Amino acid sequence: MSHENNPNTATINKKRSITKIDVQQFLLRGRAFIALILVTAVFAFLSPQFLTTANLVIMSKHVAINAILAIGMTFVILTAGIDLSVGSIVGMVAMIAGLLINEGIILPQLGIIIYPHTWTILLIALAVGTFAGTISGYIITRFNVAPFIATLGMLYVARGIAGLLNNGYTFPNLVGRSEYGNTGFEILGAGNFLGVNYSIWFMLGITLFAHIITKRTPFGRHVYAIGGNERAAELSGVRVSRTKILVYSISGFCAALVGLIIASQLVAAHPLTGNTFELNAIAAVVLGGTSLAGGRGNMGGTLIGAFVIGVLNDGLVMMGVSSFWQQVIKGAVIVLAVIIDQVQARMQERIALQKQQEIQE
Amino acid sequence: MPDSTPTIDAETPELVTAVSDNIILTAEHITQIYPGTVALDDVTFNVRQGKVNVLIGENGAGKSTLMKILAGVQMPTSGKILLDGKEIKPRSPLEANSLGIGMVFQELNLCDNLSVVDNIFLARETTQRNGLISRKIQKERATELLQKLEQKIDPDELVSNLRIGEQQIVEIAKALAQEVRILIMDEPTSALSATEVEVLFRVIYELKSSGVAIIYISHKLEELMQIGDYVTILRDGRKVAEEEIKNVTLTWMIEKMVGRNPATLFTHKKHELGDVLLKAENLTLPRAGGGYLLDHVSFELRQGEVLGFYGLMGAGRSDLLECLTGARPQATGDVWLNGQPVTETTISGRIRSGFVLVPEDRQRDGIVPTLSVMDNMLLASLRKYLKGGFLAPSEEKSATNSQIKNLSIRVANSQQPITALSGGNQQKVVVAKGLLTHPKVLLLDEPTRGIDVGAKSEISEIINQLAEQKYGVIFVSSELKEILAMSDRILVMSKGKITGEFTHQEATEEKLVAASAIGHGPSNGGNQHES
Repeated sequence: MSHENNPNTATINKKRSITKIDVQQFLLRGRAFIALILVTAVFAFLSPQFLTTANLVIMSKHVAINAILAIGMTFVILTAGIDLSVGSIVGMVAMIAGLLINEGIILPQLGIIIYPHTWTILLIALAVGTFAGTISGYIITRFNVAPFIATLGMLYVARGIAGLLNNGYTFPNLVGRSEYGNTGFEILGAGNFLGVNYSIWFMLGITLFAHIITKRTPFGRHVYAIGGNERAAELSGVRVSRTKILVYSISGFCAALVGLIIASQLVAAHPLTGNTFELNAIAAVVLGGTSLAGGRGNMGGTLIGAFVIGVLNDGLVMMGVSSFWQQVIKGAVIVLAVIIDQVQARMQERIALQKQQEIQE
Repeated sequence: MPDSTPTIDAETPELVTAVSDNIILTAEHITQIYPGTVALDDVTFNVRQGKVNVLIGENGAGKSTLMKILAGVQMPTSGKILLDGKEIKPRSPLEANSLGIGMVFQELNLCDNLSVVDNIFLARETTQRNGLISRKIQKERATELLQKLEQKIDPDELVSNLRIGEQQIVEIAKALAQEVRILIMDEPTSALSATEVEVLFRVIYELKSSGVAIIYISHKLEELMQIGDYVTILRDGRKVAEEEIKNVTLTWMIEKMVGRNPATLFTHKKHELGDVLLKAENLTLPRAGGGYLLDHVSFELRQGEVLGFYGLMGAGRSDLLECLTGARPQATGDVWLNGQPVTETTISGRIRSGFVLVPEDRQRDGIVPTLSVMDNMLLASLRKYLKGGFLAPSEEKSATNSQIKNLSIRVANSQQPITALSGGNQQKVVVAKGLLTHPKVLLLDEPTRGIDVGAKSEISEIINQLAEQKYGVIFVSSELKEILAMSDRILVMSKGKITGEFTHQEATEEKLVAASAIGHGPSNGGNQHES
């Protein structure tokens, strides 16, 4: 603002600060990718096994779990919401799959037990997870409940249901029986395509799909607009409630898929499956450059963010760092990510003002 | 437009020097530049001790900006403030306060969740030696102040439980508690009843006699004639007059406020009117807590017609547009478009039917600051660019570029963030967003607010073009000269009702102002504001 008084110094200052800003902006925008290269390099240097194919494949399998959750979470966070329930939905869906495989659907009045086909089980489980997300979205939009609270409620409810399904016990040995036609569940977790585990394909497929949805469909554009300015979006004819419910449904669907993958990989369903996964997912999203205030971010960033967290996790384990230190480091990284998020927002504002002045001159 | 009004610029230097010994505060050559607009242009404002210094001007003339500068809410781009001849630079309201400048804000600055006492002493708490608040002293002082204002308000009541009028009294008490030498009152009576106004005026007389300088801003001109001593008039960010109130008349003030030469900015073209396009009957919108925001409003709009709505703030004009656009689900009444009843009630449904709103508050309701120019522009019409279920970038680009060309929007490229544009160009993007939905009726709410003069005249040119293309245009403005110049017909609203209808030929500033004040006069009181 004070530039008007002395045009000469103003121009010089601006020239200099712009180059500085450009570099800073580049570093901030690419911060997730830079962080990924950095942590990978550090671990590769410290541990010779780190960059072996075998290790990278295992790591990608771990990353896939968090990445799929984080993609769903990105939709939610882009609308300036949050979904704390995904970890619990993972557990609930895993337990539902376990129940359906091991015990089937019991109809006491008729005295019969129906064992659904494996495909049916998968569909039911996905539908339940999606529905749980839809309920959160409905509560948020219909009753104007803060997303934090609505999904916190769902966190408890879904975790409780996961425990109720087998009184807190695990469903072991989810292989099914051929006479019931419900075998093959373990293939989802163990199967490969072109030598790459299914879960990794799911991660890549969902990321690509989500990328196209956000960039090339009206729905995606609406998600960004709601996060940027909900009122303006609404006055432009965007169906805000419907769009918001849908993003929580998507997040629920992704959580359900993760629940199935984990149960299948372990060939067992434990009621605490997915505990605190929501926090890893949020960390990946924010690390990937998506603003918690909504409206800014993208799916590619989230994928990279998930890899940063995954590499950090596995690297620290390989290094033999104590699990307590792992927690300290992860916590610091998450807070750092949010600090960077704020810095970026302020920077963006400054750059916008500066560009505006340039146009006027 | 400096040359268009030579007579007005002839100031009265004799007068200023004659009374200059009373001047306690001067804002000298104040200029305030905002991104995209000049809010104050070299304004000098004198405040005299023990007098009521009235500041008037149309909406957007720069009054509130000037007051914010004096009260330390913001720093001017250039110019200085002299208090007792010494330069001061208040950087915060608290700092201005310690210099003896207090302000009653137009938008009530009270914390709903705190009690009346706590609000009155907020940030100026009286503390005991141990650092705790001395509640007893504060409460006594507050009771005293409220008694002075002749109000039966319990000092321990939560502010959220008070009527708006009572809240305004508390706001005034808060300013009085500061024992200031200069008290700024920005529209202090807008929510007060006639009796409350009388009490306030008595308090003002008392303050005057104890030597306090009052700066008084109001749209209620009759009220100013009653209470004011000196008047300074701003227009388009410039000072156009400074006079003693006893030397002037009401008509003179209106003339100065609106200027004499509106024709240079806005061109009116006579539009060929077609059939009735829009018919609204008995549009009604209840106000929360009783009364109506819109009270059985009926009107017609023809094809190719520019229909202006004039009125004071809160007259119901914006509410009317929001009802038509489907943003107010609780509204009742019937709307016909081309003779067909409009049954859609949602915003998206109304947009499909052919209504589109360019909202009043561009920052809050118009733009999505995180999106690019293109994404903002296409937001309301995305379905039109689908190919096989996906958005086709080529279609998006061509739609964007055609609007950028048609409305001559100045952008480096369409991928720029919208926030990098000036106010006028942002507004054109919002208009373009509306046009891309292929509407039949355009609802423009203060389309030229907060943009510079050049952009204003461009927007008015766009409105003319749209009328020629047989759109129906409803256009709300608080700027008299703008609405007079551009409208084929003008409806004036006051308190949720239509209180006047004028053709382009009939309408004059005086008639519009008179019609907009129906129900507002000091004699029949602002009692309807209550409850």
